[in-house]
Amino acid sequence: MNTPNAAAPTHAAISASSGAGLVWAIRDTGAMVWRNLTVLRRVPQLLIFALVQPLIFVFMFRYVFGGAIPSGAEGLPYVDYLMPGIFVQTVTFGAINTAVGLAEDKNSGLLERLKSLPMSRSAVLGGRVLADTSRNVVVVTLMLFVGFLVGFNTHTNPFKVACGVALMVLFGFAICWLFALIGLSVANGEAAQAAAFPILAPLTFASNAFVPTETMPGWLQYWAERQPLSITVRGVRALMLGTEPMDYVWGSIAWSVGITAVLAPLAVRRFRNS
Amino acid sequence: MTAIAILAEDLRKTYGEVVAVDRISLAVPTGTVLGLLGANGAGKTTMVRMLTTVLQPDSGRGTVNGFDVLHQQQAVRRSIGLAGQYAAVDENLTGRENLVLVGRLTHIGKAAARQRATELLHQFHLTDAGDRPVRTYSGGMRRRLDLGAALVTHPPVLFLDEPTTGLDPASRLDLWEVIETLVSDGTTVLLTTQYLEEADRLADNIVVIDKGLIAAEGTAKQLKARLGDTVIEFELASSEVAVVAAELLGGTVAAGTIVRLLMGNGADTLRDALNRLAAADISPAHVALREPSLDDVFLSLTGTNASNSGAN
Repeated sequence: MNTPNAAAPTHAAISASSGAGLVWAIRDTGAMVWRNLTVLRRVPQLLIFALVQPLIFVFMFRYVFGGAIPSGAEGLPYVDYLMPGIFVQTVTFGAINTAVGLAEDKNSGLLERLKSLPMSRSAVLGGRVLADTSRNVVVVTLMLFVGFLVGFNTHTNPFKVACGVALMVLFGFAICWLFALIGLSVANGEAAQAAAFPILAPLTFASNAFVPTETMPGWLQYWAERQPLSITVRGVRALMLGTEPMDYVWGSIAWSVGITAVLAPLAVRRFRNS
Repeated sequence: MTAIAILAEDLRKTYGEVVAVDRISLAVPTGTVLGLLGANGAGKTTMVRMLTTVLQPDSGRGTVNGFDVLHQQQAVRRSIGLAGQYAAVDENLTGRENLVLVGRLTHIGKAAARQRATELLHQFHLTDAGDRPVRTYSGGMRRRLDLGAALVTHPPVLFLDEPTTGLDPASRLDLWEVIETLVSDGTTVLLTTQYLEEADRLADNIVVIDKGLIAAEGTAKQLKARLGDTVIEFELASSEVAVVAAELLGGTVAAGTIVRLLMGNGADTLRDALNRLAAADISPAHVALREPSLDDVFLSLTGTNASNSGAN
């Protein structure tokens, strides 16, 4: 028999080390977050494109359509009504990155390599979703300053405004799990992009993000008032503007926790079986 | 250490109606190289995916380094390195970062991962390119990095899924040398390939699979013996000269001006034949060698259209 490689681990050592468990799950997730954020740093276009789209929406709705749209509350400038909607739309669209990133990793064979490593099974998706959530924090913070530049004013206190940011980032986190599931189910990045829009359009446009729902036909109004993105926008308005009851904050948290609780296990299962 | 490093018993995997692997058993002794030879869709990659715990088999069992691929998956994963036909590295990370990431995810520790990355970059002649993003690498450099990533933990068992498909000949030779070095250090290798030449050079034993079943197995020599020898063809100036040359060389005249003989002793036969022709003042217009191709292997092993291959 050949002598084994000097540095090769012994059979007993391989058998004994565990590698599973919570500590490794956290460390592996950390390594994957590092990887995903390094890619973001290396390809800054990803961050810039993430900003371009909400900037266009700010421009369109603040200056093009804004004059013709009444805000939802008496005496509230439209820009104040609009910006929470833009913020929530931004974090929701940010979740596309989760689908595209995972679909590309699958297509390139990287997911296969990762599955052959003794790493935590949940770290691949966890690392992706947490990296995209960090990216959302950065993008939304920048958008908040853009809002101030175009005349957005908060009507509460800085603590509540920060809570509003946290609320939408939490919602973005939940939507990332939906997009993780999509990313693992399609062939490549382009397909992930294409699959995203039909899901995002009814969520973001058939909502109260840009316009009050009162003028919509009854059936659409029914959806637009009850769907999670609208609830989240109202929650953010409650925290930043004080124009809505705080119930919507709790409602949004319930949706985000619920979506995550259902879709995260489904996405992890999909990852294991794909 | 176990004497059998990789064992598969009746492994089977279907995707709906499609049978990707239909009961394949094989055993790879420790320190040897098994070449899994087959066309696209024969089931090679599915076999590798099942043995590396990436895919759950429908039935059958397998062990790698003595660990069960179904019930001791983490131990199997710590025993193996996997390098695939896709060069599964992150384009936007540098070569070094890719290796460090794999090191961290195999739990060797951050500092050890960095040190190992430096070693591997050196070993695979990537030190100069180590801090450049992988998207700037050539195809051959990517494959070397991919192979390096499979070796981070010094795995005793290595799975190479078509490691040289799509590479230029120089890069292929380069990679073959790397694999040979690993094998000489005692690593057990399961290699899938579409190239007979690759299996011939690297593998101690070859298993030919076709439509998810084993079509033949043996050493490269045994398989080639089933296909017949390489044929040398001389094209001569006229059919009269061809008759003289055929008599001189002990070959046969085929198609008028062509003389064909079996290359029994390899290059010696060819040199000897050329010397004898030269001594008789006959210079052939054209000399051709026909190696048995993988197509010929399949044609003869699967029995379809076998009469068209082999003899001519």
